[in-house]
Amino acid sequence: MPKLGELLTATRGRGRLDWTDWLSYGYLALGVLLMFGPVLWLVLSSFKTPAALTEFPPRLLPYGQAMVKVEGQPEALPLYRAKLPNGSTSEMVELRRIGIQATMIDPKHPDEQVQVNIRDRQPVREFHLATENYVDIFGKFDFGRFLWNSVFITVVATLITLLFNAMAAFALSKYRFSGQRSVFLLILATLMIPPTIVLVPNFLVVSELGLLNSLWGVIWPAVATPTGVFLLRQYMLTLPDELIDAARMDHASEWRIFWRIILPLSAPALAVLAIFSIMWRWNDFLWPLIVLSRTENFTLQLALNAFQGELTTQWNYLLAMTVLTLLPVTLVFAFLQRYITTGIASAGIK
Amino acid sequence: MTALKYHVVSLPGALARAVLGVFEAPMRALQRVLGVPRIGWAFVAPNLIILGLFTFLPIAINFYYAFTGGVQLYPRERPFTGLENLATLFQCTNYLDPSTCNKDLFWRAIYNTAWFALLQVGLMVLFSLVTALVLNRKILGRGFFRGVFFYPVLLSPVVVALMWKWVLQREGVLNALLQSAGVTGVQWLNDASWAFFWSVFVSIWAHMGFYTLILLAGLQAIPADLYEAAQMDHASPWRSLTRITLPLLMPNLLVVVVLALIRAVQVFDEIFVLTGGGPGSATLFIVQFIYQTAFAESIRLYGIAAAASLVLALTLLVLTLVQLRISRAAVEGGGGRRDA
Repeated sequence: MPKLGELLTATRGRGRLDWTDWLSYGYLALGVLLMFGPVLWLVLSSFKTPAALTEFPPRLLPYGQAMVKVEGQPEALPLYRAKLPNGSTSEMVELRRIGIQATMIDPKHPDEQVQVNIRDRQPVREFHLATENYVDIFGKFDFGRFLWNSVFITVVATLITLLFNAMAAFALSKYRFSGQRSVFLLILATLMIPPTIVLVPNFLVVSELGLLNSLWGVIWPAVATPTGVFLLRQYMLTLPDELIDAARMDHASEWRIFWRIILPLSAPALAVLAIFSIMWRWNDFLWPLIVLSRTENFTLQLALNAFQGELTTQWNYLLAMTVLTLLPVTLVFAFLQRYITTGIASAGIK
Repeated sequence: MTALKYHVVSLPGALARAVLGVFEAPMRALQRVLGVPRIGWAFVAPNLIILGLFTFLPIAINFYYAFTGGVQLYPRERPFTGLENLATLFQCTNYLDPSTCNKDLFWRAIYNTAWFALLQVGLMVLFSLVTALVLNRKILGRGFFRGVFFYPVLLSPVVVALMWKWVLQREGVLNALLQSAGVTGVQWLNDASWAFFWSVFVSIWAHMGFYTLILLAGLQAIPADLYEAAQMDHASPWRSLTRITLPLLMPNLLVVVVLALIRAVQVFDEIFVLTGGGPGSATLFIVQFIYQTAFAESIRLYGIAAAASLVLALTLLVLTLVQLRISRAAVEGGGGRRDA
């Protein structure tokens, strides 16, 4: 215990926390609340039933109507705390309801039916995770299809990005050919041309190539990332040329040198680019919105956007889909946080 | 067990061998034709072809669209109209009042974007700086806190927007909290000023972690002996901040400001999902104007959209040139010190 105290107060090399430390921790605590609060609220809400979602003010944890299995009844019935005609209050289940009159029975004496005005009863709530929100979206909305589209675009585009960018980086770092410098500058120059300013002409190019409403129409324009070429080139410049010379002595072809020597040695840089590419493609929105207009081609992001207009009355499904969309990125982040943050700090890319 | 292990290990290996085999024969043939240094062209070709098709060619076509009219997508069917599209965009009796303009939405989008960029970048850089300064102190769980601030950067804009929409809705948690504090709830996204406020807020929330990280890297590169020397001279913490930290961080700060400006001018995803540009045109920004003009209206005015793209491209070009200048100055000026 004294060890813990020592640990907590071990700041600025002195024995105790001064007011600036308290201020810092206060700021960070507020930051945690503000940054994680909405995410936590989203996840908690996604486990609520539609009835619990319309409650105002909302409860923190997901609660649902308690259901009780009563002898002699085929299905579980909703439990209420009802005020009986004789003035007493008791926990009763609802058998059926006509207008404002509910026919209720006591679970302990299933034979005695009582008529209760619905104003004289309160539903009994218990902690209940509405996992059906997550199950239903696969049956009701073709969620599996959107998931597949997103996974396909992300995986295929990332593989092609890694291959093409590594090839270009290899040529720009390990050869001296005429025009090389211009090629490098040309690729770097595209850093200055964000896709937002060529939306209209790119739409023409993609439609002329017959890629409208095709997942490839999202993949091809995205694979030649200048950031990737730059990142990999900087890394490959640090690989010793002697390795290549030795391989040439053994009559290895240039492609074999690239594939067998350079690529495996560039694994750390390739991993960083792979993480970035996965995040870019998974989160893409504007370009897929333009290229993919048929529902069956929608990515998760497009499906979420389309549903938020239609499903405002069915927030339970929308929230469950949102959580499933955020899950992969969260897992990647949880396991690879160190690589991502150092990658960004050193390369300054996003 | 061994069988499973064998499969797991050999699948990538088999794939790698397959790709090697497919490409090796043609590349070997090319190598024979081109010779060794020029084989480099074969290696850069795929990347260059993609860039040519989807970046350089579109820039040229964009000019063509901007100077032709009509609603046809195919260039040959579009009549040449010269500067008419640009003239239509800039047709205003009073440039300060969008409602006097022919394309009033364009001017609203321009003013909204300008205000948004100013507010969002200013506040975001301020918060990022404060957060980076706090995270640069000797605090417990620094990695955890850094992760917390960075996490939203990775979330997709659509997820971010839906999450905040859920928080901000009429019977949402924010209004519930306000009510418990005795304040009446607000329909946040149905009010023009509040919708704009939340656009700025959500955008800062989603992106500040990235800039915090860059500034933190800059702070950690400042040599510790400078602070020790300041302590010897009994300089106050405030004086160390204004005389050591901020001047040495200035190159990073400038880069961050310009980078954030370049992103802010292109704001679209989060806000489009959060507010749809509304209420009215209160949160309509320039990229959404381009998107709507070209792709979301029944009459698709590609020419007007392309002309608006040119205006956006010009803005970005200026910002990028400023950025290049600053980073070069940073490399020449502060670079030596940072490497030390």
